[in-house]
Amino acid sequence: MTRIYIPCDSGALAVGADEVAAAFESAARRRQIPLDIVRTGSRGLYWLEPMLEVETAKGRIAYGPVAIADVESLLDSGILSGGVHRLRLGVAEEIPFLKRQTRLTFARCGIVQPLSIEDYRAHGGTAGLRRALAMGPAGIVEEIVQSGLRGRGGAGFPTGIKWKTAREAEGAQKYIVCNADEGDSGTYADRMIMEGDPFLLIEGMVIAGIAVGATRGYIYLRSEYPHARRILVAAIAAAQRANLLGKSVAGSGFDFGIELCVGAGAYVCGEETSLLESLEGRRGMVRAKPPLPAHHGLFGMPTVVNNVISLASVPSIVERGATFYRDFGMGRSRGTMPIQLGGNVRHPGLFEAGFGLTLGEIVDDIGGGTASGRPVRAVQVGGPLGAYFPRALFDTPFDYEAFAAHDGMIGHGGVVVFDDTVDMARQAHFAMEFCALESCGKCTPCRIGAVRGAETIARIRKGERIAENLMLVEDLCNTMKYGSLCALGGAVPYPVMSAIRHFPEDFRRVAAE
Amino acid sequence: MTEPWTKDRGLEVIRAHQHIEAATLPILHALQDAFGCVPEEAIPLIADALNISRAEVHGVISFYHEFRSKPPGRHVLKLCRAEACQAMGGDILATAAEAKLSVHFGETSPDGAVTLEPVYCLGLCACAPSALLDGKPLGRLDRERLERIIEGAAR
Repeated sequence: MTRIYIPCDSGALAVGADEVAAAFESAARRRQIPLDIVRTGSRGLYWLEPMLEVETAKGRIAYGPVAIADVESLLDSGILSGGVHRLRLGVAEEIPFLKRQTRLTFARCGIVQPLSIEDYRAHGGTAGLRRALAMGPAGIVEEIVQSGLRGRGGAGFPTGIKWKTAREAEGAQKYIVCNADEGDSGTYADRMIMEGDPFLLIEGMVIAGIAVGATRGYIYLRSEYPHARRILVAAIAAAQRANLLGKSVAGSGFDFGIELCVGAGAYVCGEETSLLESLEGRRGMVRAKPPLPAHHGLFGMPTVVNNVISLASVPSIVERGATFYRDFGMGRSRGTMPIQLGGNVRHPGLFEAGFGLTLGEIVDDIGGGTASGRPVRAVQVGGPLGAYFPRALFDTPFDYEAFAAHDGMIGHGGVVVFDDTVDMARQAHFAMEFCALESCGKCTPCRIGAVRGAETIARIRKGERIAENLMLVEDLCNTMKYGSLCALGGAVPYPVMSAIRHFPEDFRRVAAE
Repeated sequence: MTEPWTKDRGLEVIRAHQHIEAATLPILHALQDAFGCVPEEAIPLIADALNISRAEVHGVISFYHEFRSKPPGRHVLKLCRAEACQAMGGDILATAAEAKLSVHFGETSPDGAVTLEPVYCLGLCACAPSALLDGKPLGRLDRERLERIIEGAAR
């Protein structure tokens, strides 16, 4: 029986993966070919989705992007033995976009069946947990500190230090909270892991629990991810059956349980203190820090709040050692980062690599320029609160500090490409509008500033007293940057000011006309 | 398929989730799953069940974009309005959707078929522009395909 793999990742489903799978099933039945269709996560080569892979003696041969109309011709071409077809891409791992990557966190994503614990184990899953149990709690924390892992959600705080703080804090109950409120436009790495390799996240949370002495975990998932929700519910149940969760996990004597909590469409709940308020059942109002969540977090107890990718990076770090992980990357940005290419780009997809690639390499070389074929004009890195970069800054290496030095951030690793039809005054306007829409309202600079900022940019776009109004916006951005309680109001100046600074002509367009 | 609101069913839904630690959001989600919205009449029942004030319940509901106070149309189309989709012509698509349905965002088409809601990122940025129709992901949308999808839903 021939086995073919078709993704069930929501990015693949969005472009017809289910329909393609159904067409293969019925065509195979009609032709009386025994076919085993296995649904996996996505490899992350989204311009090739739906991408199917056929298991052959030479490895998995990929074909894509497959439309329903291609199914008959694919079968006619003998793809079940890896036959030639115009959609044939060759051995999946040899596709340049994939071959150039360093897949540590995403090693299994797109290869295994997301809900098969046997498949997970067969592909190296739980090896990190076994090593963690041999190391003991203090050893795990030390390994994570030494690895140099920093929070992949955006803030880049050292994960090991966070764990150490929570481990040393006193509390009757400690919690591991996974921040799966992946709200930044242009990012989907968390979604891919949750849909494609959910046990990896669960294993990372269990290791975190053992390390800091927490027996309870929460995954706070955004409601915009209904498919990830279904998979996580099933994965948590399967992990319980396999004793990867529950009493004495894997016979270790450590208890750990996970509950899934679904958000309700508030961007600000990706901020850790707002997330904790929301988990506790209240409005997602940001809390002032200190106290840090590691001391006084969920229900007032010591809590580690980590992003999905931070937690999903843990098993391979523990398994292969801090030194192995730390050897990737540059400067103070160690290890690998899943870069997510999106928007107007020819090769949108997930590219996991050590830190240090330049923005130009990422956009032009890996991304292949724009999808529209027009010149790349601006690239927004790090979500709606990240700066817009012009081509002149394409030599910036992908590194926390290098982006900060240009008044930007790598954030959660989203890279959104725009061609030369973009109106940067409109993008700056949108950034303020989005902040106004999503502000929790607790601090004045963000609550009032975003509204006034949007109004002022609207005036500039109408050509009203442009120079004076630009000065007002800059002044307002300074107030928001230094006076806001959290990164929403504090970072919205990045997209606004970068648009004004790097693309000034777009703010004088009306006046010129 | 959602059901019409009755106090008894409302109480049943609330009681089924009351035991959860920090039950507010789970209760609100369960009510919206059952009735398509969180009706005004549910607020005092939730307040009573959780021993919090009605104002607090109202505060939570109004904070989150997801919760509605009126039932939606037969279908809910959530169209992404965020940057990655903007870069691929999302604004043109948004205008087309409003025109096709004769609504603004947040409204339901006059025939009650489709409620159009904005959403800020679906994590489908690598196949932009994107949308969710009743929870089903849709990517690489263009005007023609979106209009076909809307026509299909209206039938």
